[in-house]
Amino acid sequence: MADSKYINLVEMRNISKSFGKVIALKNINFKVSSNEVVGIIGDNGAGKSTLIKILMGVYPPDTGEVFIRDMSIQLSHYSAKIAHELRIEAVYQEKALGEKQPLWRNIFLGRQITNRVGFIDTKKEREETERIMKNLIGFRSKGINSESRVSELSGGERQGVAIGRAMYFDADLIILDEPTNALSIKEVGKVINFIKQIKDTGKSCIMISHNMSEEYLVADRFVILDRGEIVGEYKKEEVTLSELSSKLLKIANGNTEKVGA
Amino acid sequence: MSLKKSTFFNARVYKTYAVIIVYVLLMVIFMITAPKTFTGYKICLAFLSTVPFSLIMALGLTFVIIAGEIDLSFPSSMALSGFAFMYLYIHLKNSIVALLACIAVGIIIGFINGIIVTKTKVPSIVATLATSFIWAGLSVVISGGIQINIPASRGSLFYNVLVGRIAGLIPAQSLWAFGLAIIMAFILNRHRFGEHVMFVGDNRETSKMLGINVDRTLISVFILNGALASFSSVLLGLEYVTWWPTQGPGFLLITIAAVFIGGTSIYGGEGTMLGTVIGAFIVGSITAGVVASGAGGSWTQLIVGIVMLLAVVFNNNIIRVRKS
Repeated sequence: MADSKYINLVEMRNISKSFGKVIALKNINFKVSSNEVVGIIGDNGAGKSTLIKILMGVYPPDTGEVFIRDMSIQLSHYSAKIAHELRIEAVYQEKALGEKQPLWRNIFLGRQITNRVGFIDTKKEREETERIMKNLIGFRSKGINSESRVSELSGGERQGVAIGRAMYFDADLIILDEPTNALSIKEVGKVINFIKQIKDTGKSCIMISHNMSEEYLVADRFVILDRGEIVGEYKKEEVTLSELSSKLLKIANGNTEKVGA
Repeated sequence: MSLKKSTFFNARVYKTYAVIIVYVLLMVIFMITAPKTFTGYKICLAFLSTVPFSLIMALGLTFVIIAGEIDLSFPSSMALSGFAFMYLYIHLKNSIVALLACIAVGIIIGFINGIIVTKTKVPSIVATLATSFIWAGLSVVISGGIQINIPASRGSLFYNVLVGRIAGLIPAQSLWAFGLAIIMAFILNRHRFGEHVMFVGDNRETSKMLGINVDRTLISVFILNGALASFSSVLLGLEYVTWWPTQGPGFLLITIAAVFIGGTSIYGGEGTMLGTVIGAFIVGSITAGVVASGAGGSWTQLIVGIVMLLAVVFNNNIIRVRKS
């Protein structure tokens, strides 16, 4: 289904971004191809979230270019809305869903099914949500339905709903920001399965995490960020988990030399 | 099956049941303590004439609080826009133009409130406290502090449509208030804008990430609140055929109390128009009920306070029980 007319699904060239005196990103070059799962690894403050927010149009970079399906993006007019139209979806940790709202409102927020004057077709949204939960997320029991509030869901289920939402809107690229943070082991397993599902349906995924062993289970390629710079990039077949771990540990201990290709 | 169960146990529905029960209980108590007053239909008509002024403002305020903000300036904005109405009503002799101009003043006030809150990032409780002094000050300065009377308006078509007595009994302002409550309920629950208001109050980050224009949503709720306060000022001015510079401030606390008694979450993200309507009637009937029961007006505030405290404690704990 994913058309192969493009080489890179996403390409970011020479991206830099500062917040006041703090340099968040320095000259980043980053690519994602179709049906690829990329793991971005780095410590807190490495610039992972900044990179994603630029890609999602939350704010523009100071310098650099972004290409989506090889087409240059006009960053001054870029926004989350346009990213969604280009079928790029992000699932932010803790920020993906509104706690007090029912699931059906969360699924369609910002993309409501409305009539011409903006009134929501609540019946249709509820039905679609039930369908998403059954077919895309695989929630079948536990009394969770489209009317359930997010506050009634476990952490893993929340990630599931947010990922289901991204899949429903036919995203080619789903970005997961710390999807397993603060989850129990069982819940982490669920999230890992959701990511495998993304890969199986031919889509791409960026997974941000500081837990390497989880990333190693799903990612095809690893990008290591440190203090706003890419300090390492490996394909899964080039590196074992323990090698990756020791490289990362070296960086964490203050070795800022480039540790890889 | 599970759908029904979940709807039944949903906190919002619970809160609405609770507020209805409180209202019925209060009524029963007053029927016992003041049977002469509270068993007649006249008391209902009295409520229908006096409650709509705070009720209409409470509707707008509910939107503001659901969006996670507060507006303390609506009573002063009521005074200022009410002055605009009176002044133009007398000088232009065109009631429709006066009404529209008054609502325009309310919209401008709301817009300014919204801009200050969203652009300066000053918390709305402080920002609107400051603007409330400004609007109140302006209405005193511009009016010269003088009361305005429009006794001649009584009996005109404009008067009858807005605050006349339908069939000689039902105050027209109550129909305006109920009509607005229904429209606002539809906007909140069925319109994209209402959904944005709930999400902005629930999780501002989520809203931003999903492409909701948070600032525009917030400015809109402040405008809505300003517009409703100005409409309420027209009804109030006509009902009493009088405007005076300090007309608004008496509505501040009872309107806020109505919203919270009605079950709107203090933390934003949740609330119902039905709850607010009943909340406004609870506050309104306590005043009448306490006086009619012979306890003296000084007890009113005490009892409103107790009811509000119980409501807020109850609502907060419903959430906690459900979370655990």
